[in-house]
Amino acid sequence: MTISKKAACNSHGQDSSYFLGWEEYEKNPFHESTNPNGIIQMGLAENQLSFDLLESWLAANPDAASFKRDGQSIFRELALFQDYHGLPIFKNALAQFMAEIRGNKVQFDPNNLVLTAGATSANETLIFCLADPGDAFLLPTPYYPGFDRDLKWRTGVKIVPIQCTSRNGFRITSSAVEEAYKLAQKRNLKVKGVLITNPSNPLGITLSRKELNLLLNFVDKKGIHLISDEIYSGTVFDSAEFVSIMELLPNRNNPQLMNRVHVVYSLSKDLGLPGFRVGSIFSNDRLVVAAATKMSSFGLISSQTQYLLSAILSDHVFAKKYVAENRMRLRNRHAVLVSGLRRVGISCLESNSGLFCWVDMRHLLSSDSLEAEMELWKKVVYDVGLNISPGSSCHCAEHGWFRVCFANMTEDTLDLAIRRIKSFVDSISPIKNCRNSRSKSISKWVSRLSFHDRECDR
Amino acid sequence: MLTNQEQLLSKIASNDGHGENSAFFDGWKAYDSDPYHPTQNPNGVIQMGLAENQLSMDLVEEWVRNNPQASICTPKGASQFKDIAIYQDYHGLPEFRNAVARFMEKVRGNRVRFDPDRIVMSGGATGAQETLAFCLADPGEALLVPTPYYPGNDRDLTWRTGIELIPVVCDSSNDFKFTRDALETAFNKAQESNTKVKGLLLNNPSNPLGTVLDREALSMAINFINDKNIHLICDEIYSATVFDEPGFISIAEILQESPQTNPELIHIIYSLSKDLGFPGFRVGILYSYNDAVVSCARKMSSFGLVSTQTQLLLASMLSDEEFLEKFLAESAARLCARRSMLCQGLAQMGVGSLKGSAGLYCWMDLRRLLKAATFEAEMELWRVIVNDVRINVSPGASFHCSEPGWFRVCFANMDDETMRVALGRISKLVMQSNKNSESRKPCRRRSKLEISLSFRRLDEIMMSPHSPMTSPLVRART
Repeated sequence: MTISKKAACNSHGQDSSYFLGWEEYEKNPFHESTNPNGIIQMGLAENQLSFDLLESWLAANPDAASFKRDGQSIFRELALFQDYHGLPIFKNALAQFMAEIRGNKVQFDPNNLVLTAGATSANETLIFCLADPGDAFLLPTPYYPGFDRDLKWRTGVKIVPIQCTSRNGFRITSSAVEEAYKLAQKRNLKVKGVLITNPSNPLGITLSRKELNLLLNFVDKKGIHLISDEIYSGTVFDSAEFVSIMELLPNRNNPQLMNRVHVVYSLSKDLGLPGFRVGSIFSNDRLVVAAATKMSSFGLISSQTQYLLSAILSDHVFAKKYVAENRMRLRNRHAVLVSGLRRVGISCLESNSGLFCWVDMRHLLSSDSLEAEMELWKKVVYDVGLNISPGSSCHCAEHGWFRVCFANMTEDTLDLAIRRIKSFVDSISPIKNCRNSRSKSISKWVSRLSFHDRECDR
Repeated sequence: MLTNQEQLLSKIASNDGHGENSAFFDGWKAYDSDPYHPTQNPNGVIQMGLAENQLSMDLVEEWVRNNPQASICTPKGASQFKDIAIYQDYHGLPEFRNAVARFMEKVRGNRVRFDPDRIVMSGGATGAQETLAFCLADPGEALLVPTPYYPGNDRDLTWRTGIELIPVVCDSSNDFKFTRDALETAFNKAQESNTKVKGLLLNNPSNPLGTVLDREALSMAINFINDKNIHLICDEIYSATVFDEPGFISIAEILQESPQTNPELIHIIYSLSKDLGFPGFRVGILYSYNDAVVSCARKMSSFGLVSTQTQLLLASMLSDEEFLEKFLAESAARLCARRSMLCQGLAQMGVGSLKGSAGLYCWMDLRRLLKAATFEAEMELWRVIVNDVRINVSPGASFHCSEPGWFRVCFANMDDETMRVALGRISKLVMQSNKNSESRKPCRRRSKLEISLSFRRLDEIMMSPHSPMTSPLVRART
C-alpha cells in the first residue's frame, strides 16, 4: 500500500523555517499575564487592529447579522444555498468594496468575480486554470512562503524567481524579469505567467507604476498571464499610493492583454477575518471565470458567511469609514515599530503598506551567509523570544532580512517586543570578534535546520 | 480544435472533466429557466433531480433561534466574534471536531468511537473526495467504483487529479449489489491495461440506489481491498438518512470486527449537507485511519477550510444531545413517510422502484416505458419527462448505470402538495405510455420473470411490516 507522491513529498513546504517558527511559538506562546516570558508572535500577518469597529457594527445591526431580512428569517434559503456563482448580494457588495479600496478608480463587474475559500484557494485555482503540470510562473523575490504550497504542490507547476535586491529597494527591473524568463527556458520550462503580490508580502511596499507597466509590457510581449494578488490592498496607509494593475489596463486599449490579467483578493487581511475563508478571483476572461467557478466547488464560501459579510459591506458608509480608520491605525502602528527599531540602530525598508516591516538585520550577521541568518534567527526566536520570519523562508536573494509583523498584537506587546530587541542589540558585541567563540554553541541550532523541501523540485 | 483563447488556459480548464457539458444538465437548465411554483408557475418544471433534505429544516431553524449564543452575530454570541474571526488553524476548532466526532458516533448508534484528531475539514464532501484522491493516487492511477454511482465522482475524483475511475458493473439481477466477481473483473481489466488500481470507492448508503450495504457486502469489500492491498474509501454522506430496516452499518464497525484488516487502508468521507440539510454551509469531513493521510489531507484542507463562523454554530448544535435525538428520529420518520408516499404512488400506477431504506431519492424502474432497451430510448424518455411531463429526474445513464430505464427521483426537497402534483404528472405519463403500447406492436417481449419481479417489489412496498404508513409518528401528525 502506498499513498500518492504528493502526500509523501514535502512540496507543501511545511518543513520550512517559516512554519518551524510557528511551531516554537505554539510550544511557548507569550501571554501578558500567564506567560510573560513566552515567545511573542511576530511571524503572523494578521490584522487585529480594527475588530472593535466590526463588533460595534454587529451590535448596531442585530437583524442583518442573525439570518433575518426585513424581519423574516432567511435561514432556510441560506442553508440550502450552494450555487457556486455565489450569493449575488455578496458579490455585488464585495465588488463595490474592492472598488472603494481603489478609490473607485477601478470598477469590478460582479459577474467576473469568482468566490473561493480564501486567497489560498483562489491562487491555487487560478494556477490550475492557467498552467499545466511542469509549466512555470515567474515570481519576484522575496515572496510569501505559502506560495510554494499554494501554487506548486497539487498543480505540479514550478516557480522561477525574479530576483530583487536591496540595491534598488527590491524593485522589479526589466533585466531581472528577462533573466528569470531565460532561466526558465534553460530549464526547459514553459512560462505561463507572472504572479505579483501588490502591495508586496513581505516587503510592505506598493508596486510603482513603472514596475506595473514594465510587467504589463513583458506579459504582453510574451503572450502570457499576469496574476496580481492584491490581498493587502486595503492596508495601504495612504490610499493614493496604491495603483492596482487594473487601473493601467484601459489606457492600453488591448483587449487580449486585458483578458490575461487576473486579480486575487481576500478579506483576511483588510478586514482581519481569516477564519471566515473569503477569497476571490477577478478576471475579464469569461473562460477563466467559467473554469474557476466550476473549480470553486472544491472550496465554496459558507453561505452564512457570505450573507453576514454582504450585510456589513453593503453598508457603504460603514465600509468607507472602516477602510479609512483601519489605514490610519495600521500607519500609526507601523510608525511605532519603525521608530522603535531605528532607536536601536535597526533600519527597515521604507514601506507604505502591509501588516509587517521588512527589517534589515544584515549588520547583526556573523557572516554574509544563510547559516549566519539562521543562527541569528534562532537567537531571536529562543533568546529574544520573538517569532519573526527569516528572509530565506521568503526566498530572498540576500541574507539578513527579516519580516516582522506588527498588527496582530496590542501596543503594549509591541512595546515589549521592541524592548526585548533593544536588550538583545545592547548585549551583543560586534559580531565579527566573537564569531569563533560562538560557533560551537550555535552549531546545534544550525544543524536542526533542514531543506528537505527543496528535494521535490529536482 | 482549441481556439487561441482556450490555448491560453490549462488543459484542465479547457477540457470537459468538470462534467457539466453532459446532456444531463439540460434537465437543470429546463428547471432553472422554468421552475415550478404552486401559484406563480403551476406548469413549471418540478425539481426532482436535486438530492437535498429539506424536510426537517424547521427543527434546525428552531434550534438556531433558541440558541443565539451559537452565532457570533447575535448580542449573546458577539463576544466570541474576534477569536472566531481570526482562528484559521487548519486543525479546526477543537469543540467543532469533538462535536462532529460525537455526532458521527451517535449516527452509528455509538457502536464505534471516532478520534477527533483524525477529523479533517474540507470544502464539502466534494472537497473531501478530491483531497483523498490527491492523497492516495498519482495521475494515471485508478479507483474502482461500483455502478450506478453519483455523477459528481467523475469531477471530484478525476478532473484536477488526473486519476481514472473504473466501473465495477452491477445490475438489477441482484438489486445492483456488487459481487466479488465484479470487483475482480474490474481489477483485472485495469491490470490488463497497465493501470494501477489504488483503491475502491463505496457509497453507503448508496446514491442513487437508496440502499444500504449489508454486513456481508462490507466484509467482502474489506477482504477484497486487504487482499489486493489497496485503499477503501467509504462515502457515508447519507448515513443519517436511513429511515428503515435494514439499518446502517458503517465501515468503521466492520473494521472494528476485522483485526486482520490493515486500518491504514480505510478512509471515510462525510458531510453535513444531506443528514442535516445545510449544503450551503460547506461542511465536509475526511476521516482516515492512516496517519500519513490525515497529515497530508490536513495540509491540503487549507484549500477548503470550513468557515469558523459555521464551525462555531455546529460545535454548539452537534453537542446538544437532546436536540440531536429528536432531530434524528423525526428526520428519519419524515423521510420514511415521504418516500412511501412517492413509492406507493408509483406502485399504484404500476411503476416499480428499488426497495431501499435510506437516501433522499428512490431508484425508479421505467424500463417498461422504454421503446427499446437502449440508452437512446432512455434519453428519449427522459426528454419527454423533462419537457412534456415537466419533471426533472436523473436518468440512469448519468450514473453510469449498465441497464437503461432506471431513473433517480428525489423526494425530500419539496412539500407534500408538490409531491402530489408530481405523482399526478407521472401518472399521466404512464397512462399515455400504456395507451401507446396498446396501439403499437410490442417491440420487445418482456419475460414473465421480469414482470413478476417488478410486481414483487410493489408487494414488498405495500405489505412491509415496516411500512411507515402504520407509524404512530405519521398518524399523530395527520
